[in-house]
Amino acid sequence: MTAAIELIGITKRFPGVIANDNVNLTVQRGEIHAICGENGAGKSTLMKMLYGMQSPDEGRMLIDGEEVRLSSPSDAIERGIGMVHQHFMLADQLTVLENVILGSEPTKGMGRIDFKAARSHFAEVGESYGLTIDPDDLVETLEVGERQRVEIIKVLFRGAQILILDEPTAVLVPQEVEELFRNMRDLKENGATILFIDHKLQEVLEIADSITVLRQGKTIATVDPKDVTAGDLAELMVGSELPTPETTDSTVTDEVALFVDGVTVLDDDDRPVVDDVSLSIRRGEIVGIAGVEGNGQHELVSAIIGTMDPKAGTVSLNGDDIAHWSVRERREAGVAYVPQDRHVEGLLLNAPLWENAALGHQTEAPYSKGIWIDRPGSRGKTETIRKSYDVRTPNVDVSAHALSGGNQQKLILGREITSDPKLLIASHPTRGIDVGAQAAVWDHLRRARADGLATLLISADRDELIGLSDTIVVMFHGKLVATLDPADVTPRVLGAYMTGAVLDDKAAS
Amino acid sequence: MNDSLMKRLVLGAGAPVAAVAFAVGLSSIVLLLSGSNPFSAYGDMIENASRLETFVDILNEATPLYISAVAAAIGFRMNLFNIGVEGQYLLAAFFAAAAGGYFAGLPPVLHVSLILIVAMFVGAFWAGLAGALKVTRGINEVISTIMLNFIAVGGIIAWLIREWADDTGATNSGTTPIDESGQMPSLNGIVEIFTREISKGRELTSVLLIAIIVGVAYHLFINRTRVGFDFRASGFNPLAARAGGVPPKRMVMYAMLISGACAGLVGMAEVLTERYKYDQSFIQGLGFNGIAVALLGRNNPAGIAIGALLFGFLNQSSGILQITGSATPEIVEIMKGIIVLSAVIAYEAVSRIKERDEAKSAAEATERQAPAEPEEVLA
Repeated sequence: MTAAIELIGITKRFPGVIANDNVNLTVQRGEIHAICGENGAGKSTLMKMLYGMQSPDEGRMLIDGEEVRLSSPSDAIERGIGMVHQHFMLADQLTVLENVILGSEPTKGMGRIDFKAARSHFAEVGESYGLTIDPDDLVETLEVGERQRVEIIKVLFRGAQILILDEPTAVLVPQEVEELFRNMRDLKENGATILFIDHKLQEVLEIADSITVLRQGKTIATVDPKDVTAGDLAELMVGSELPTPETTDSTVTDEVALFVDGVTVLDDDDRPVVDDVSLSIRRGEIVGIAGVEGNGQHELVSAIIGTMDPKAGTVSLNGDDIAHWSVRERREAGVAYVPQDRHVEGLLLNAPLWENAALGHQTEAPYSKGIWIDRPGSRGKTETIRKSYDVRTPNVDVSAHALSGGNQQKLILGREITSDPKLLIASHPTRGIDVGAQAAVWDHLRRARADGLATLLISADRDELIGLSDTIVVMFHGKLVATLDPADVTPRVLGAYMTGAVLDDKAAS
Repeated sequence: MNDSLMKRLVLGAGAPVAAVAFAVGLSSIVLLLSGSNPFSAYGDMIENASRLETFVDILNEATPLYISAVAAAIGFRMNLFNIGVEGQYLLAAFFAAAAGGYFAGLPPVLHVSLILIVAMFVGAFWAGLAGALKVTRGINEVISTIMLNFIAVGGIIAWLIREWADDTGATNSGTTPIDESGQMPSLNGIVEIFTREISKGRELTSVLLIAIIVGVAYHLFINRTRVGFDFRASGFNPLAARAGGVPPKRMVMYAMLISGACAGLVGMAEVLTERYKYDQSFIQGLGFNGIAVALLGRNNPAGIAIGALLFGFLNQSSGILQITGSATPEIVEIMKGIIVLSAVIAYEAVSRIKERDEAKSAAEATERQAPAEPEEVLA
């Protein structure tokens, strides 16, 4: 049987960089093939070449045994290759069906859109691949996972047999990931070939039939998930022993830095999204909040940093009630914040790095003097952060969007920890960054803890929570439902708490 | 290193040069289609502009346009579309002229200051209304400022100009003319030190100096002050700015107030150095033209200056084209439109090239600084 995709000796150079260096890859028809690698390992470049967005400098590309030269995405689509990008490209105001046909509308005379034909083809596609979604729903009403399904249907609608999924799980919550995996298996069963990029190793092991690891532009190995562990994979990716998020001795003091008492936050419909939450964090302590995203963690964090007003309760920092202070007052008082989504609350993507370093601290030295921004001071400080937090960038004047996710995160972490905070709120600090940067982030959190910083860690990564936290609290439907000692909880048990399974058991018994 | 400096310079100059070249090319086609000879039309325009008197005209025209564009740009930097500069400057000019005419016999410096302060205050107040509506009621500033334009011009001014008219019988009724103590001198004396005498009764407005101060203040404020940083941060990413301690509502109010105060100065060239009153033929449309100039100048103080001068030059050219007959004067309006559009496109193209370049150099840095096997990566 000929392979669906065969890449032989693919090389792609950019000025000064070899993005792909003699890459060989064989993807069998009807398999789910994962591409793993750190950021900058060349995964995206490889996928872009397969989708015709870039062309290789050297090497041969065979699709179904036939040598091809793809010079645009439409060439790729013609060959039955479709790509689902990490960031969705959907029109919110249109229905699912309209989005799916957008750009390849079936027409009947005079350029009118043949919605009837579109609808029946849509139904066919959905049926043959086991994907269900209402074609008449407005896209803006859909959940993230459903939007992704629309993107996948869009690609299938155009006749794709080979799907490229670029980090499909990065934007999903755990339940949605399961749903996606179910869909992927259905797709496979119905004859589709799936190539997907991911760096969450557990997921890769769970879903892939075959895994290819890229490192620094080269194919390191293609392995069978049955033969490897997550540790093996990570080692292949980084090329060295994998760091773990383990903290050492306890550095917890008995000075309470943050004390949250009975905080309740209401949503737009006056329902409590944070319901009577109390917790305290001492200096030198990391308190981890475990929970599936959307259980009120973000709202709790917002109430602590001041972007949301709590309906009831007090928030005190070193004894001062800060519940009604402005965000700026709180930040000046020493509340540091690593937001859950870098691009939403963390960075000014079009501004230079040194301005990004100043963000949140622009009223303090060395970023400003009196009413003026201290440009040399800001640049110098950013330079320091760049060095000590290993932010890889040509200089501090490039825009933040030029940096990879891991480097952006290191910049944010550096800016927050070096501001001499009293409390650090770290929301999903290692989400969407590669293994190397992940280890660096854990390292910095641990060091800050040893220096006596009180840290609130919000995460959905169970290993991270167990490895870093001194105390874990579980948040479920806006409430703190359990307090656990990371020393005697396993990821499995923690997962059960996070999904509410343990609570149901308790209620039943 | 030298290479990258060269590249930056080429990219920096590339956008405006490409925009102008494209605009000239397209305008030439339009001229040819309308049956004119582009070379003789351009020749006439340049020859006209090289005369000292025309140059004074261009500066006089560019001065209020510049202030108007800065007023719009202040809002744009925060993603606020203050479409109301038009109403703000007219209302401000009206009240300032009325106050200037009413308080006769003040000492000169005080008299002029009073007029300027009233103008800035009224402009800020009128823009502040739109700001307050946005902050308290969430009303989009585009809608509210357009509505406020109508209320200012068609309502308040139309009503009060009759009430307060100096001579109600006159066909062109207006506010009481301002005494000499409230008039600003022309800059002819200073210019003539360097050149010949300016003839044909042309007078260079001293509000030009105010425009320069506005430009410098705008630059310092937006690029060098903390509040300016808060402004830009809100414009770049309001959520990140808020998490960084920038109060979003207060920023909207500040932006509208400052933009409005600046808009208040737009009509001052007319009030203080030209007409000395507000009457029914007071110059209109500067607010809307200012938006185009701000767009052309990319909200950058120096860029706006070039844009304002270019618009001034084109406006002056329409007269000469009519006189020499080498082209229809309306061609000038078409050229303005073409220039703004090509500038927008050229800047977008250049910023994409820059973005790609930066991403590439950042990726290189990642590779270069990567600890393992660097010699294999960089063959």
